[in-house]
Amino acid sequence: MSPKKSGKKAARALSDATMAAASVTPPRHGPRRVAITGAGTINALGHDVASTMAAFREGRCGITQLDFRDVDRLSIQIGAQVHDWRAEDHFNRQQILLYDKFTQFTLLAAKQAVAQSGLCFEGVLGLSAGVVLGTAGGGLNTWDENYRAVYEEGKNRVHPFVVPKLMNNAAASHVSMEFGLRGPAFTVATACASSNHAMGLAFQMVRSGAAQVMLTGGSEAMLCFGGVKAWEGLRVMSKDACRPFSGNRNGMVQGEGAGVFVFEDFDHARARGAEILAEVVGFAMSSDAQDIVMPSAQGAERAITGALRDGGLNPEAVGYINAHGTGTAANDKTECAAVAHAFGHHADRLMISSTKSMHGHLIGGTGAVELLACIMALRDGVIAPTIGYQEPDPECALDVVPNEAREAQVDVVLSNAFAFGGLNAVIALRRV
Amino acid sequence: MTDTIRSRIRAIIAEQAMLEPDQIDDHATPADLGIDSLGLVESIFALEEEFDIAIPFNANEPEKSDFDITNMGTIIAAVERLVSLKAA
Repeated sequence: MSPKKSGKKAARALSDATMAAASVTPPRHGPRRVAITGAGTINALGHDVASTMAAFREGRCGITQLDFRDVDRLSIQIGAQVHDWRAEDHFNRQQILLYDKFTQFTLLAAKQAVAQSGLCFEGVLGLSAGVVLGTAGGGLNTWDENYRAVYEEGKNRVHPFVVPKLMNNAAASHVSMEFGLRGPAFTVATACASSNHAMGLAFQMVRSGAAQVMLTGGSEAMLCFGGVKAWEGLRVMSKDACRPFSGNRNGMVQGEGAGVFVFEDFDHARARGAEILAEVVGFAMSSDAQDIVMPSAQGAERAITGALRDGGLNPEAVGYINAHGTGTAANDKTECAAVAHAFGHHADRLMISSTKSMHGHLIGGTGAVELLACIMALRDGVIAPTIGYQEPDPECALDVVPNEAREAQVDVVLSNAFAFGGLNAVIALRRV
Repeated sequence: MTDTIRSRIRAIIAEQAMLEPDQIDDHATPADLGIDSLGLVESIFALEEEFDIAIPFNANEPEKSDFDITNMGTIIAAVERLVSLKAA
């Protein structure tokens, strides 16, 4: 049985447009430039990029009372949950049986991104196109529902698709099938840095010529009883709000959703006249090699300076940083120390904000949604704010763009992600 | 009864600190006992399980939590209070 076949892509004939694009990109050696030519998202702020960016400009908060089964047994009952999500509006019955929510979110975002890029992967382009996505929990709702069925309800049988539905690579595989991406396809799981690691690898693959186009980003759908209950245990969650860098912050707030981008060989994008949203210019990753939950400023700093070096960027060129900014005491102090040390005096001139205050912490999907704030800064000259900011913290004495978006032209931006496990990933974008 | 509670608390903290219960002094802070932030969260979980109580503790602002973790003496007093509230 073939659980999902819409039929529309049964034939993958070489289209004229694809061949034309392929023919203007002759094989060559050496590093290539990398363009972002498409973006898509669904998160608590909106079901697409336009509504998400509008929320960034308005400084709107997507955090609300959580709404799912057994929420009354949680001590943390707020989150940035995707509202008005009806899977049946987007997928047929057979697809819904096979797609966990994290896959559903991914496919929706991927379709938006590919539509914007205008790319068609039929023919040769599909052979050099791939997908690398980040997620921490994968099909966590599927685990949760089926454990409940066998343990709590005492059932002795589960649906045959439980495994293909919950596996962490399910979303990447369905994206590859949806668009006929027949090159490299895999999933990266590095907790809260998953998306940044995924996008960094996608960047490296296009830059090296290993792929001409990579769909990349990540997703998370952890807002279910088991998902939140597990996080409660660490006692780092806030019961009322996410207030990154604010002196009275009291923890992180979980979110859910997806962000997917089209990373494309810059010359390929130019040759076909594609709109280029931004250029990816640098990426670095580092490991603290120190503690499973407590972050290290040195590890974060090495990732920041590494991304600058990788992109051949002067620190003074950076106008904005989308912070990891979880709103926990441990992260925010460490991150500000890392930025202050990496940039020296320039740390007092650049802007740094945490949009988690609005869309929550999407864990493995968070860097992908946060890249939208980077693109908005470069393209629209609007810096997304850190909302919920109420009082200064001397240990976070940077310009955190408190509460209101700001107009400013910036040429280079960074996006930080620092995961549990001490895994850091920083990506650098430049205005085109 | 209080002595029993005290000794059970000491046993839990001692296990976390990898010490003998009689080495747990009332004036010792968690740091004195070599208990870091993660160890503290683990100890609180163990105390909750042992006494079937809910301890209000947020690792982001331990000083603001309604559970005084200054030293072993304050921790024991706070647990005893929660146990008596539960019994009441």
